[in-house]
Amino acid sequence: MQKALVPEDAVRAAFPDKVQAVKHFRDETTIIVAPEDVPTVLKYLRDTPGLLYNYLSDISAVDYYPENTRPGRFGVSYHIYSMLYNRRLRVKAFVDEDEPVIPSVVTIWPAANWLEREIMDMMGIDFDGNPDKRRLLMPQDWDGHPHRRDYPLGYETIQFSFNVEEILQHKPFAKE
Amino acid sequence: MADLVISDTMKQWEGSLMELKGLVSERAFTGETMLLNMGPHHPSTHGVLRLLLELDGEEIVNCLPDIGFLHTGIEKNIESKSYEKAVTLTDRMDYLSPMSNNMVFCMAIEKLVDLDVPPRAQAIRVICLELSRIASHLVWLGTQAMDLGAMSVFLYCFREREKILDMFEMLSGQRMMGSYFRPGGVWRDLRPEFLPALEAFLEDFPRRVDDYEALLTNNPIWVDRTQGVGIIDPDQALAWGLSGAALRGSGVNWDIRKAMPYSGYDQYEFDVPLGEHGDVFDRFMCRVQEMRQSHRIIRQAVDKLPDGPFRSENRKYVPPPRSELGTSMEAVIHHFKLWTEGFSAPDEEVYVAIESPRGEIGCYLHGTGGNKPRRVHFKTPSFMHIQAIPVLAKDHMIADLIAIIGSVDIVLGDCDR
Repeated sequence: MQKALVPEDAVRAAFPDKVQAVKHFRDETTIIVAPEDVPTVLKYLRDTPGLLYNYLSDISAVDYYPENTRPGRFGVSYHIYSMLYNRRLRVKAFVDEDEPVIPSVVTIWPAANWLEREIMDMMGIDFDGNPDKRRLLMPQDWDGHPHRRDYPLGYETIQFSFNVEEILQHKPFAKE
Repeated sequence: MADLVISDTMKQWEGSLMELKGLVSERAFTGETMLLNMGPHHPSTHGVLRLLLELDGEEIVNCLPDIGFLHTGIEKNIESKSYEKAVTLTDRMDYLSPMSNNMVFCMAIEKLVDLDVPPRAQAIRVICLELSRIASHLVWLGTQAMDLGAMSVFLYCFREREKILDMFEMLSGQRMMGSYFRPGGVWRDLRPEFLPALEAFLEDFPRRVDDYEALLTNNPIWVDRTQGVGIIDPDQALAWGLSGAALRGSGVNWDIRKAMPYSGYDQYEFDVPLGEHGDVFDRFMCRVQEMRQSHRIIRQAVDKLPDGPFRSENRKYVPPPRSELGTSMEAVIHHFKLWTEGFSAPDEEVYVAIESPRGEIGCYLHGTGGNKPRRVHFKTPSFMHIQAIPVLAKDHMIADLIAIIGSVDIVLGDCDR
């Protein structure tokens, strides 16, 4: 078994201009790259001896609205795991609000398909190259992307016989 | 046939059919193969799952799962609740093992704010987690057997599950949605009646598993229906993100309890049952053996159960005991602060994963610096497993699909969140 490499150093050595930052928090390592570099870096991390992050655990997206304390409005995190070296790594990309597009990694892990579709549906970030861009959780004709921070939580008034007419008047709209 | 002629029976599909271009085969457009909805309300889909099947006779050409019917916006709702209050919402995801959801969410909070969990709380958590693993596997075994025609197993399994739910009621006051785990420990200490009930259950349970195995393992009908069905090889299983018994059935030795022990799992001796062929039968055997291993873990955890506090003494995150409120001003302040504002967590992110009965359940938690999370995302095993059903079901008969859905052990609440 080849000796385990330090992931951030290995990626830095292979792609000197692609690592924007490396962050450590509570024993977790985050490598921050540009959105367009995500598939290259992930493929490198999966296939290089000494790294072999062969399992895609999760893709999560986070919305930094309204504080916008980060370089982009959205953060997309890829949580990958190496079976051989038994360690986890997070690769993160910040995506702009104006053009929320990030290349798909379906060709690297087929498991990414639904995880990406969920983010497309709930966060409104487009994954370029995903073969199936239908909405996953919400109905196909739904407006908006519910997990964005500017999307109101909303609720519907519980319908009883005494308030049914009032509710029907504003039925298509949930209250904010 | 020169160009694509949409047959009369397919006309009603026309609108949505074009959306499916590239997802179903060309033959579906001519009516040569049949598109059939299985679900959303079908007993063997274990909840509200819709599978759009493209069938050539009885053979499955394509299978398109459609989820979201049980989407309850749990992740969005958590963003508007303080950390401690949000624990109750996580119960509702995987409703067959609420404790695992509590666990992963509490562990994410504990990691985010760097909160300790005392040894006794860890041991209690392990007992509860393994009990819920058994309870969840019992429901899986019962329903899977019933789907394939073995009715009596279902009744036996639910008999044992009732005992576990009764024990959960002793602990948390609720049979299912207990929210028993809290950040920093558990809600209250073990009740005096809990350990005797657990002893009786542990005494009884191995014999019960023998009973289930006697009914199924060597039953020729069961073996015929399950062996060689829904095979997935280890590489495929990893690529499709399977986890838990669905992955171990293919022979991949990955159990998070062993690989990255949490909550003191490294103190207990247990084996990780592995399959060989990656078919429905191997997944069945893995889960049945897992129940025996869980029994082993609970036995050790009860014998070694340490004394001490059942939740952290860190008053900034965990409320003080009721008895202190009458004598300590500081305790009153902490109590007031925690029950009005809650505690704050840094504007950082963590990812925590544990081994739930179904597989790897992960929690991505991002704080705001305030008392509410910015984002919480659950990676749930059912979600990944349903995604992989088309791979497992390809070229199988429609009756085998029933066995396959059961064997990856899905819970739709877990999938849709």
